[in-house]
Amino acid sequence: MDSMTLIAIVSIIVAGVTIAAGSIAPALGEGRAVSTALNSLAQQPDAASTITRTLFVGLAMIESIAIYCLVISMILIFANPFWNHVIAQTTGK
Amino acid sequence: MRLSPDELVIWQRGFVVLNSTIVTTWALMLVMTVGARLITRKLKTEGEISRWQGFLEIVVTTIQQQIKEVGLLHPEKYLGFIGTLFLFIAVSNLCAILPLYEPPTGSLSTTTALALSVFVAVSLFGIEEQGLGGYLKSYLKPTFVMLPFNIISEFSRTFALAIRLFGNIMSGTLIVGILLTIAPLIFPIFMDLLGLLTGMVQAYIFSILATVYIAAATRTREA
Repeated sequence: MDSMTLIAIVSIIVAGVTIAAGSIAPALGEGRAVSTALNSLAQQPDAASTITRTLFVGLAMIESIAIYCLVISMILIFANPFWNHVIAQTTGK
Repeated sequence: MRLSPDELVIWQRGFVVLNSTIVTTWALMLVMTVGARLITRKLKTEGEISRWQGFLEIVVTTIQQQIKEVGLLHPEKYLGFIGTLFLFIAVSNLCAILPLYEPPTGSLSTTTALALSVFVAVSLFGIEEQGLGGYLKSYLKPTFVMLPFNIISEFSRTFALAIRLFGNIMSGTLIVGILLTIAPLIFPIFMDLLGLLTGMVQAYIFSILATVYIAAATRTREA
């Protein structure tokens, strides 16, 4: 198996595994955050705007982790430097 | 498959490259500035207020109220910077509904520039509020052992701001592009709608996080 095939195989598999494993924990965390926010909204409806705003800020921070995994996955599929290097080598030959 | 509007070059001579990001950013700035100038030419405080002026008043007072709710006591000082962040990101993401338009916030250059400007602004506002010594001493709180962690958190916050906005917008445009090749009839429309929603949410998040960082940097020590 030459290096080109190896790079392609590993990139594809790792891209899939990255986004799959990387979305589990943020999803669980966001579920907990929303459920706690709903609880406190039910207990104190007067503070609705503060709770909602803090909820959104917290959700964005949790979401960032999933976004990091997504960016790595996209880079591996669409802008893979190792693949580009190997392709340049084979076309340059 | 184009990852970012940086790769679409419109005009180039020597080392001066005008790519789609730069052209779109300047077009947006032009539209927003000229529009605002036209609306605020004749401001009225009584009588028949034009609808555009009412709309701008809603926008400005809402942003001011949000800044005050986060904890900054004089929102007028920060309204220019934070309002500009929110309006630029919101308009650039909302215009994604136009055909043949790629949001400049989908390029890592734009989001890094915005995040760097937040980084500089936080430092400048902190120094203005607490003086240079007071601001630098805040890095030693709560104990001086926390100094490397405070510095690292400063840089990772900036990095996270850039990557968060870039990742959200870039993935929105990319998923619409991919869906157009797979199921072009209805699904791209839904993903476009989701993209608009996340665009607005991300604009709000970016400006609120900038406000929170500025509030943390300008918080006066409890006497």
